[in-house]
Amino acid sequence: MTMPLMKPRKKNPVLRTRQMNLPPWARGRTALGMTAAAAEGRFELQVCQRCQAVQYPPRDACHRCLSSQLRWTAQSGAGELLSETVLHHSNDPFYRERLPWRLGLIRLDVGPTVIAHLHGDVASPSTSTVRVHVGARLDRAGAAVLIGFPPEETEHMADDTMLREMTSDPKFRKILVTDGKTEVGQALVKALVKAGAEIVWVGHAEPWKKLPGLDDIAALTQVTLVPLDLTDGRSVSELAGEIGGKVDIVVNNAEVHRAFGIASRRGTDAAKAEMDINYFGLLRLAQELGPALKARSADGTTHAAAWVNVLSVYALSNYPPHGTFSASKAAAYSLAQCLRAEMRPSGIRVINVFPGPIDDEWNQNLPPPKIAPAALASAIVKALKDGIEDVYPGDVAQEWVERWRENPKVLERELAGGG
Amino acid sequence: MTARRAGRASYEGVAVAVPVTVPYVRYSTHGAHWFVGKAMEALVERSGIAKDAIDGLTVSSFSLAPDTAVGVTQHLGLSPRWLDHIPTGGASGVMALRRAARAVQAGDADVVACVAADANHVESFRQMLGGFSSFARDASYPYGSGGPNSVFAFITAHYMRTFGATREDFGRIAVAQRANALKNPNALFKVPLTLEQYMSARPISDPIHLFDCVMPCAGAEAFLVMSEERARDEGLAHVVVRGAIERHNAYADDPVLVRGGWRVDRDELFAQAGIGPEAIDFVQTYDDYPVVVALQFEDLGFCEKGDGTAFIRAKTLTNDGDFPNNTSGGQLSAGQAGCAGGFLGMTEAIRQLTGEAGERAVKDATLGLVSGFGMVTYDRCLCTGAVILGASS
Repeated sequence: MTMPLMKPRKKNPVLRTRQMNLPPWARGRTALGMTAAAAEGRFELQVCQRCQAVQYPPRDACHRCLSSQLRWTAQSGAGELLSETVLHHSNDPFYRERLPWRLGLIRLDVGPTVIAHLHGDVASPSTSTVRVHVGARLDRAGAAVLIGFPPEETEHMADDTMLREMTSDPKFRKILVTDGKTEVGQALVKALVKAGAEIVWVGHAEPWKKLPGLDDIAALTQVTLVPLDLTDGRSVSELAGEIGGKVDIVVNNAEVHRAFGIASRRGTDAAKAEMDINYFGLLRLAQELGPALKARSADGTTHAAAWVNVLSVYALSNYPPHGTFSASKAAAYSLAQCLRAEMRPSGIRVINVFPGPIDDEWNQNLPPPKIAPAALASAIVKALKDGIEDVYPGDVAQEWVERWRENPKVLERELAGGG
Repeated sequence: MTARRAGRASYEGVAVAVPVTVPYVRYSTHGAHWFVGKAMEALVERSGIAKDAIDGLTVSSFSLAPDTAVGVTQHLGLSPRWLDHIPTGGASGVMALRRAARAVQAGDADVVACVAADANHVESFRQMLGGFSSFARDASYPYGSGGPNSVFAFITAHYMRTFGATREDFGRIAVAQRANALKNPNALFKVPLTLEQYMSARPISDPIHLFDCVMPCAGAEAFLVMSEERARDEGLAHVVVRGAIERHNAYADDPVLVRGGWRVDRDELFAQAGIGPEAIDFVQTYDDYPVVVALQFEDLGFCEKGDGTAFIRAKTLTNDGDFPNNTSGGQLSAGQAGCAGGFLGMTEAIRQLTGEAGERAVKDATLGLVSGFGMVTYDRCLCTGAVILGASS
């Protein structure tokens, strides 16, 4: 059984901070289909639309009937462990630093045999059949890999050393939440503390403004309020100077949200304010804290791990009644893709969260369903724990992304007609 | 899966001669072209056949990129009328011989040089692994296996559990081959190996330990294929091809490798040769890992499936034993020079059957079986092949 992760000792300041060597990240274009699904937490394999054969590794034709009609389809992952090995040697620097490393050869019930990382709680093959549950996760290089899990959850499953390499579990980590004054921010702080975060720094831009809930958050022993104004480069820079060498996860939830399109308001002040936080705020924060995270991405069991952007599903397609807000989130999304590419070589995961309307003040006029701040927070913690990269939390976001994928033009036309 | 029996022409009239080995070195700064060149030079010198009279060429190499056999012709100033590029690793020797033999029989070429050569720089093995195949890139290399070690660890562990084999059984193969290698001046390993040393070696990927693994190195192997008539005219010692088979991606539905493609075609192999397995005087099995040797004993018909280890315990595998296997020391003790590893058994078999094996000669050998196994694209080797060579009467 996996032993619970112990709180790591204080770092010896004399020792060099280890740098990241990524696991092999190259994949062919077809194989990236598995990564695309794993980025959202799904395990998908190619299924032939003609003969229904399920195949792996990914191919460009059906190995049974030669059809090219192959569709990535969600899998249960049920299978049997055929054989296992423990690597004591590897030519790859990532693995050399993490030996011994357990691998399994697993026959999926749907047919294919897969090579997978093997969770420590999976029994060794013996005379009796060893059942496993295969899932796909993004590894430190951001590429999908398969993992053999025990069929039933075990108590300290998340603390498995292999699995912790694939995830950004908040346990014992030091986390910055950029805005503690919103309901979402406060829900995030509570959820992260509950998930075992060691320190949560909570940004508040204007300390003289007393807002409800902030005192409750500040009373938590893990929480430290820090001045942070994302519109002010110096404020961001000062905070980075103070906590940059310690922060393991950044959750950027700061946003300005005004409900307007183009014609309903004169001038650009509100739109500028949105851009200044939602887009330039992210840029300022990434310039100051990005390098700090990258430098500590292999720093022990609680290494720097992730960067979370709370975006909006309106980033995918403009929602005209909240037109300028949508535009600022689209800009932020584009920048977040750039951030992801720049963080990838260090193994820092950039998680983009695309909620539909949140049940807060700025969406007061919108009818339900709206996602509750606590539900959004728990979706973000789950993404950190499960190694998910793109999160569409709640029913509205799920429906939007489905419509957007089906046909972005049809969605645009529907939104222009009022949703 | 059943073999097609009818209609295959025999390999009658084909001679295989002039086994050449460019000495192995652990690392070399030379590229693959250098080793191909050395092999061709030796073929010409030892055969007395002029370079321009060699009108067919096969090249097997993993490290020629961006060149193929085509680039080699210009590099070495050759103008063959028949050319093949056969970079199929452990199966390349058998496959090259089969293709060259047919070219000679059909008159497409008179003298075919079959060359396998690979370079080995300090970094080249690691670099080759990640790009070995698209499936390796997508589905095995990212898991840290660093090559086929973990794939064969799965296969070995599964075989041990299924058939009750032990590490000692596999150790017997490695130890016997080391004894053979000590009589091969070209073998990279020059000191004896005991079963105790084998057992106490460091683990690489359980249950694979150090002496279950071959040592990558640089080097080349080559031979000539021509008609028997031509070989006699040139005064070249030669062997004849009594039978040959190959098979790719056999038993694809087996969830883990327990039987190889030899099994599909072995009856036809022995039928071509007009003999049974008991008539074979020595075998050159492909030995990337000892478990594969056991599989070949079974799938080539020397014993039943699952009895490979009992067979190993019952037989003596050294050159002077009752079942000589890998008389050169094999790749486990001579080294694996890339694709040349797929030729090692072939050149050694030619030497054994033409009286060139020196102190490692198998007494009175007239029939030898050479087996090939190549290309771990994902979870198993895909190419299998075998030939039976006979001494020229």
